[in-house]
Amino acid sequence: MPDLLIELFSEEIPARMQARAAGDLERLMVSGLREAGLVCRGARAFATPRRLALAVEGLPKESPARREERKGPRVDAPEQALEGFLRSTGLTRDQLEAREDKKGNKVWFAVIERPGRPAAEIVAEVLGEVIRSFPWPKSMRWGSGSLRWVRPLHAILAILHDEAGAQVVPFEIEGIRAGDSTRGHRFMAPEPFSVTSFDDYVAKLKRAKVILDPVERADIILQEAESAAFAQGLELVHDKGLLAEVAGLVEWPVVLMGAIGEEFLGLPPEVLQTSMREHQKFFSVRNPKTGRIERFVTVANIEAADGGATILAGNAKVLAARLSDARFFWENDLRRVREEGMVGMAEGLKAVTFHARLGSQWDRVQRIRRLAREIAPVVGAKPDLADEAAEICKADLVSEMVYEFPELQGIMGRYYAKSAGHDDGVPEACEEHYKPLGASDDVPSAPVSIAVALADKIDTLTGFWAIGEKPTGSKDPFALRRAALGVIRIVLENGLRLRLQELFAHGYPGADAGDLLAFFHDRLKVHLREQGIRHDIIDACLAMPGNDDLTLVVKRAQALADMLATEDGENLLQGFRRANNILTQAEERDGVEYSFGADPKFAEHPAEKALFSALDEAEEKIAPAMEREDFEAAMQAMAALRGPIDAFFEAVQVNTDNEIVRRNRLNLLSRIRTLCLSVADLRRIEG
Amino acid sequence: MAEVASKPASFQEVILRLQDYWGRQGCAILQPYDMEVGAGTFHPATTLRALGRKPWAAAYVQPSRRPTDGRYGENPNRLQHYYQYQVIIKPSPPDLQELYLGSLAAIGIDARLHDIRFVEDDWESPTLGAWGLGWEVWCDGMEVSQFTYFQQVGGHDCHPVSGELTYGLERLAMYVLGIDHVMAMPFNDPEAPIALTYGDVFRQAEEEYSRYNFDVADTEMLLRHFEDAEAECRRILAEPEIDPRTGKRIVMAHPAYDQCIKASHIFNLLDARGVISVTERQAYIGRVRALAKACADAFVTTEAAGAAAGGAPSAPEAA
Repeated sequence: MPDLLIELFSEEIPARMQARAAGDLERLMVSGLREAGLVCRGARAFATPRRLALAVEGLPKESPARREERKGPRVDAPEQALEGFLRSTGLTRDQLEAREDKKGNKVWFAVIERPGRPAAEIVAEVLGEVIRSFPWPKSMRWGSGSLRWVRPLHAILAILHDEAGAQVVPFEIEGIRAGDSTRGHRFMAPEPFSVTSFDDYVAKLKRAKVILDPVERADIILQEAESAAFAQGLELVHDKGLLAEVAGLVEWPVVLMGAIGEEFLGLPPEVLQTSMREHQKFFSVRNPKTGRIERFVTVANIEAADGGATILAGNAKVLAARLSDARFFWENDLRRVREEGMVGMAEGLKAVTFHARLGSQWDRVQRIRRLAREIAPVVGAKPDLADEAAEICKADLVSEMVYEFPELQGIMGRYYAKSAGHDDGVPEACEEHYKPLGASDDVPSAPVSIAVALADKIDTLTGFWAIGEKPTGSKDPFALRRAALGVIRIVLENGLRLRLQELFAHGYPGADAGDLLAFFHDRLKVHLREQGIRHDIIDACLAMPGNDDLTLVVKRAQALADMLATEDGENLLQGFRRANNILTQAEERDGVEYSFGADPKFAEHPAEKALFSALDEAEEKIAPAMEREDFEAAMQAMAALRGPIDAFFEAVQVNTDNEIVRRNRLNLLSRIRTLCLSVADLRRIEG
Repeated sequence: MAEVASKPASFQEVILRLQDYWGRQGCAILQPYDMEVGAGTFHPATTLRALGRKPWAAAYVQPSRRPTDGRYGENPNRLQHYYQYQVIIKPSPPDLQELYLGSLAAIGIDARLHDIRFVEDDWESPTLGAWGLGWEVWCDGMEVSQFTYFQQVGGHDCHPVSGELTYGLERLAMYVLGIDHVMAMPFNDPEAPIALTYGDVFRQAEEEYSRYNFDVADTEMLLRHFEDAEAECRRILAEPEIDPRTGKRIVMAHPAYDQCIKASHIFNLLDARGVISVTERQAYIGRVRALAKACADAFVTTEAAGAAAGGAPSAPEAA
């Protein structure tokens, strides 16, 4: 059983694409080989900036021989039909067999023997197909060629190897002929060398200053960075995304730690971290005693003769230039806030267009202020504070710092608001009103922040609804789904009781509130499905009054889901369905609605009488429980009807000849329906 | 690996070494284009010559203007007028990365001592209707060049593909020379009898242009000139191909493209004056792009693009 080793050697592959590409190479090669009859024992793929590598273990030497039978035309069919069949099978007439088919007709049969093919031949075919159709997010041509790859592809290593030795897979694409050699590090070991197996490949690469496995590179970076920090009594600020990216930028990671100039240490840590990460892909190193970021870690791709002194000095210099800019912005912004105040700074928003049809950011802020005032009492915030926060929450958009680092919006607002003397949760609201930024981000919990966060999102949603810019399909350029989900999470996670429709009414005029509510309901279903609540259960609750009070909807849905998970609940649902079906059919047939009170005096059977009293009892419990929104109690009372309903159907035929008794029973079923529907619309439960 | 040269002593020595190096690699060393452009790419030696199938290799310095970057000569790195060094080779040779690294060695950057990295950076010029894939090249964390494989220019697919290198000369030279403020950089040999710094040459001009670009340029006039350039470009391209005077087929792609360059620079000036709103911005860019596309459409029918006589656009080379 030979193993297969493939390396696709190219110019630098973007870091963000490497992991996906390695996965794709493995998946496509393995499935392509399998389809051609070569099933392997296992496969692993790796990526460095300059290579994608795949190691496939335990391939058969050749694909299994296959025998295939094909039924052709009848022996007495016209000549053309037979000729066509011969063409399609590639056989001659004397190679066909005449046999009787099931109906007893004489029919030509072709027996095609497909001999096994050598693995190398199949590998070459599949590899060509995979390279030509490789799913790069963006690919390019180069030189005079027509092949597409992420960057120019230079060399291919492809060998099948076992104990006996290695054999190069005969393969060529766009003038690149596969071989058994590769190269090491671009600068430290550029000479080519040949390899005989995967282990040999990994070992020789390492000698040639290339670490093939990205996980190993990331581990080295992390460990060396942590120990460098630790040695100075400092700690590394962890950043998974950055770690993965940096591991994709180097074949031979060399960790270097440098100091940040004293004159920059007064900058907010977020500014230092953002500037270093975004511009230079540096890690931040923190002093645990002060919380300040005092050093940086850069990862070079080379062991320099001077131990990295030149590299570190160069990086420190670039950093100093960047941080000088940042400090310049910071000081200018602070001065401006001192002179004009945050409100003065916010005046600048008049010149910032939010959307051509929704006015400037300043117009928007005025709308958010009004909304925040309305919302404040509901969420326990002082309306004046909510207004104060709303008025300045976007001011930092015109600061120099946020112009340079848009990702610092809100954070700078907090710093600047504080420096301008705002307090009482107002600075925090400047930062937190953008939250939650993603599925894993926290929602704000401070009242002022909540008021502004909701106002911000409701204004956005009603605004875009009013001008007909709703998300369609996969297109959501204004992130309206995220805004709606943000509102949903803020409401639910804070247990807020508010009516969305009332908020919409205070939002941007002209939005179709019903349609917007339906959009919220869709987002709510997606959100709750992720929490394990079925969409039909939510539908059953959304059909009830008060469905723009999301906390109420979810409370009800949770209780309903819990009830349906019990045996009583499940059986009650069956009983409800049976009652509802019989009733609906009768109503359709008779053309009347059976909603007239059933009378116990016409009850003939004890089970029927028992149902009457069970319903009386349930009604007595359910109505007040619903009144106090105690859905659990209401559901329990409803589920308790299961026994009497089952017994009733067991003992009694609803559609009897006695018309009075029949009508009375139908009216009794109607009581079941009415009662159950007062809790949740069980008709919408599926299954 | 290429022999590493000694450290240059001045800004002009960096330029001279690059000129010498790329000349030795077989590039035609062209001179700057005599119009105001935002980047070296606008030179017709790149924009137009990247089109069609005729092989091409050129290198040149291009003075470039970005009115919004003016800082009155005070910022250590930012200038409204600066120099780019541009190399364009079609078809892109397989060893373009090595050739590029050789150029760094020629200006004294030792790849064994520095950390040189190719970091993803896809290039796009909305005004030229052009894009390509490549990298920004980092030296010790500093971006020293753009490296791009053109995929499309003026809306036309590039067949064959050109490789384009762009060096920001001031920044690169400051790094090589170890200078912190651009104005302090020696322009000529610091040992020369009349030693001049970059500031001696350009500080005053930076100040003057900053004032002009931000506050003085006549926007009414510029808006008019934009319209004029646009109209002239269209008019040139609408002329019949056969020149009545000579009876020859003369498609005026270059003169038309001059008007496109002009419109682009006027737009940059208007932008610096702050009279273009966000929504209008896109519209203006679209108008310049439409001109660039029209010029590209015209150029591909000409001989310089490798078109057959009579103007059939050159077919892409057989795959």
